[in-house]
Amino acid sequence: MTQSEFLNIVMPFKDKVFRLSKRLLISREEAEDATQEVLLKLWKNKKKIQEYKNIEAFSMTMAKNFCFDKLKSKQAQNLKIVHSNYEDNNTSLQKQVELNDSVDWVAKIIEELPEQQRLIIQLRDIEEYDLDEIAKMLDMNNTAVRVNLSRARKAIREKLTNTHNYGIK
Amino acid sequence: MVLNNIENLLKKYEKGETTLKEEQQLKSYFLSNNVAPHLEMYKPMFAYFLVNQQETFTKDVPLKTKNIFNYKWISVAAVAIITLGIYFGQPVNDDVGTIKDPQLAFNEVSKSLEMISKRFNKGVSTVKYLDEVNKGTSTLGYLNEIENATSIIFKN
Repeated sequence: MTQSEFLNIVMPFKDKVFRLSKRLLISREEAEDATQEVLLKLWKNKKKIQEYKNIEAFSMTMAKNFCFDKLKSKQAQNLKIVHSNYEDNNTSLQKQVELNDSVDWVAKIIEELPEQQRLIIQLRDIEEYDLDEIAKMLDMNNTAVRVNLSRARKAIREKLTNTHNYGIK
Repeated sequence: MVLNNIENLLKKYEKGETTLKEEQQLKSYFLSNNVAPHLEMYKPMFAYFLVNQQETFTKDVPLKTKNIFNYKWISVAAVAIITLGIYFGQPVNDDVGTIKDPQLAFNEVSKSLEMISKRFNKGVSTVKYLDEVNKGTSTLGYLNEIENATSIIFKN
């Protein structure tokens, strides 16, 4: 397989892998490293790539596992990932929606969710995957995914309602 | 009517039962400008989802095609070097200065043998002083006389 063939396969979902990694690792740099790692692993195994039924789902699972490993090793070292990049680069778009502060609030609320719920919100509400696909990626059953999704959505809504009502923006 | 529908969808959404299509409907509603005031708080959530959808991975991935070193080429190179060596090395070994004419060869040989003997004689002549040593030892023969005398004395 040549480089361009590989890139054609990888291009459509590399951003999704990156966003998933970022959702878990929070820091942009860490997420970039994780994505790079995942893509390199795919490249190394490019001979087997045709055997995988769904490369995208496979890569997402790989990214998830890689990030969890990373988080675990971070905890073992008693280090915390420092995230200094709440502000996304897409500020122009945020301004366009004129919701700058409250959008940041959502980011913080999602960050406080348990990892599993964060993952599911990411996969469902941002990447818009089917529930079955998510279940496969996360190696869970369909109902568990739905329950987690429901909990995450409720939690986000409750916190948003609170901040909205208190007028804290 | 639309609002009612949206509220129902929100309930379903919270239970995780909406389909992707229904969620799309919700998203487009909350991203529009006429959101009902009591649903305002959902706005940033959906806005956030949209913003996050557009984040991209910009880092370069160094995809190197590994050059798997083929050991076959070493043998190929070795064979090439050996054949070249044989081809160019041969004529050097051939020419050792053989003389074809027997008379000339004889002259050459006797000349070189003569030279050897000359040198040899020269070498021998420098060792001549060893004769002096022999002379010295022969003059020391009188020591035997002493020995004879002492033997006579000890006999008595």
